[in-house]
Amino acid sequence: MVTGRGPIERVVRLWLPVGFFLVLALFPFYWMAITSFKPNSELYNRHVMPLVLHHPTLKHYIDLLTQTSFLTWTWNTMLVAVVSTAISLVLGVMLAYPLARMRFAGAGLIAMTVAAIYLVPQPLLFIPLADLINRLGLGNTLTAVILTYPTMLVPFSAWLLLGYFKTVPMELEEAARIDGASRLQTMRRIFLPLCTPGFISAGIFAFTLSQNEFLYALIFLTKTSVRTVPVGVIAELIRGDVFYWGQLMAGALLGSIPVAIIYSFFVEHYVAGLTAGSVKG
Amino acid sequence: MTLRSEPVFAFARPRGRVSIGSWLDRQSVFSWLMMAPPLLFLAALVGYPFCYGILLSLQYRPVAHPGTFVGLKNFATNFHDPIFWRVALNTFVYTAVATLLKMVGGLALALAMNQQFPLKNLVRALLLLPFIVPTVLSTVAWMWILDPAFSVLNWVLVLVGVPKPGPSWLGNPILAMVSIIAINTWRGLPFYGITLLAGLQTVPPELYEAATIDGASGWQRFRYVTLPLLQPIILIVTLFSVIFTFADFQLVYVLTHGGPQNATQLFATYAFDIAMGAGQLGLGASIALTMLPALALLIVALTIYLRRG
Repeated sequence: MVTGRGPIERVVRLWLPVGFFLVLALFPFYWMAITSFKPNSELYNRHVMPLVLHHPTLKHYIDLLTQTSFLTWTWNTMLVAVVSTAISLVLGVMLAYPLARMRFAGAGLIAMTVAAIYLVPQPLLFIPLADLINRLGLGNTLTAVILTYPTMLVPFSAWLLLGYFKTVPMELEEAARIDGASRLQTMRRIFLPLCTPGFISAGIFAFTLSQNEFLYALIFLTKTSVRTVPVGVIAELIRGDVFYWGQLMAGALLGSIPVAIIYSFFVEHYVAGLTAGSVKG
Repeated sequence: MTLRSEPVFAFARPRGRVSIGSWLDRQSVFSWLMMAPPLLFLAALVGYPFCYGILLSLQYRPVAHPGTFVGLKNFATNFHDPIFWRVALNTFVYTAVATLLKMVGGLALALAMNQQFPLKNLVRALLLLPFIVPTVLSTVAWMWILDPAFSVLNWVLVLVGVPKPGPSWLGNPILAMVSIIAINTWRGLPFYGITLLAGLQTVPPELYEAATIDGASGWQRFRYVTLPLLQPIILIVTLFSVIFTFADFQLVYVLTHGGPQNATQLFATYAFDIAMGAGQLGLGASIALTMLPALALLIVALTIYLRRG
C-alpha cells in the first residue's frame, strides 16, 4: 500500500483507532479487576475518585472462596466443559471424516443438515428439552448439561473439522489403502494424527462455548452443588436486590481467567477456527 | 523413488473371500456406520425436541400437568397480547441496530488493524477478549458500569458537565434498549473485526497498486477494490450474527430481565418468562416458535451460501 507516511498521519490512521478499540474492549475488564480489589468503604463512597485503586484488599476474594460455593462451581464448569468437548470432538470426527473423504449417496444432504443444526439457536429448543430432561430424571445433574451441550458442539466441531479435513492431502491415505489398510485403520492411524491443528481449533472453540453456556445450565441446574460458574454467579451472588459488587467482580474475573489462559496459549488456532468456521465451510 | 516389495503395514487385507471386512470397507457402509452414532445423538436431542416443541405449542400445558390439545389457540393468544407485539418490535430493533453497529465498527476495526505495527498479534488477541470471556460474566461488569448509584460512566459524564446524577441507564425504557444494544455490539464487534481482517489479508496488494496507478483515491480503493472483495465474508458474518442476535437470551436476562416494563424483552427472554416463570410450557413454546420462520429463512440462506462458498 502507500508508503512513506508522516508520523502524524500514522497516529491518526493507526494509533488513534486501534487505541480507541483497545480501550473500549478492555475497560470493562479493568473495571472488573479494580472493583474486585476495592474495600467496600471505597466502593460505595462517591467522593473517592473511582478509576484507580486506593486501598487494595483481598477481602472479596477470600469471602468468595470461603462463603460461597465458587470453587464447586468452577470444578463443575471445568468438568462439564472438558467432557462435553471430548464427546463433541469424537462425534464430530465421526461425522466429518466420511463427509470429507467418502463418496456416498446423501452426503450433500447430511452436510447441509449438520450446518443447519449448527445454526439453530438454543432458545428454539430449551422448552421441550427442559421437559425431556425432567422426564428422564436428569434435572439437577451435570449429566443434563453434559448431554445437551454437545447438541450445539457436535455440529459445530463437525463443520469446523470438515473444513480442515478437506485441506489435508489424500496421498498418505491412498498409500495406506494400497498397502492394505482398512478404512478404519487408515482413518485412525494415518489421517487423524495429521489433523492435530484442526482438533486444537475445534477443541478450543467447543471449550469456550461450553464455558459460556448459560441458558441450559440456568434451567437444568438449580442446586448450588451442581451449578456452573455463570449460573452460580448470577443466581447466588445477587441475593434479591442486594448486589455484592466486590464478590461479583471477583467471581467474574476468576471465572474468566481459565478461558483467557487457554485462549492465550492457542490464539492462532482460535483465530484460524474463527475464520475457517465462517469464511470457508 | 523407491519400489516397495512389501506392504509397510502389518494389517494386510484378508484375501480370497468376500469377508465382513471388505463389506465394511465399502464407502457407503463405512460412512453410514461411522456417522450413525452422531446422527442418532442429534436426532434424539435436536430432532426430537424440535418436533416435540411444535407439539407443545399446540397444547395447553401447565408445568407438571399433562397437556391438552388446543390447536392454534396459543398463537391466537399471542396475537392478541400487546406485550407480544412489543417483544417482536424490540427483537427487530435490537437485531437491526446491533448488527449494523457491529458491521460498521467491525469494518473500521479490521481496516485499522490491517496495517503493520509492533505487537500486532498481542493487540489482536486483546481485542478478541470481549468475544472469548463468558457473556454472563462480562455483562455483570457492564451492570456495575451502569449501576444506578455508582455508575462509573455517569461519574465521567458528570465530570464533563452532564447534570447529576446522570442518566438512569437500566431504569429508562429507551436507555435500557440502548444499553443492551451497546453491550451486544461490544461483545460481537471483535468477531466481525477479526474475521474481516482475515478477509482483508487475502486481498492481493497488486490490486491496490493497480488502482493507485490508475489514480484511485483512498476512498475509491476502499469502495471499488476492498468492499467488493470482502462482500462474501461480510454477508456470511452478518447472517451468522443476525441469527444469534435475533435469538439472544443471556445478555438481556442478566442485565435487565426484559425490563423496565418489557422495554427490552426479546422473544427468547419472553418465552423463558412464560414457560419457566409462569409455568406455561405450551404458550412459551409457541412464543419461541414464532422465531422459527425468520430463523429458518436465515439458516437456509446461510447453509446454501456456505455450501457454495
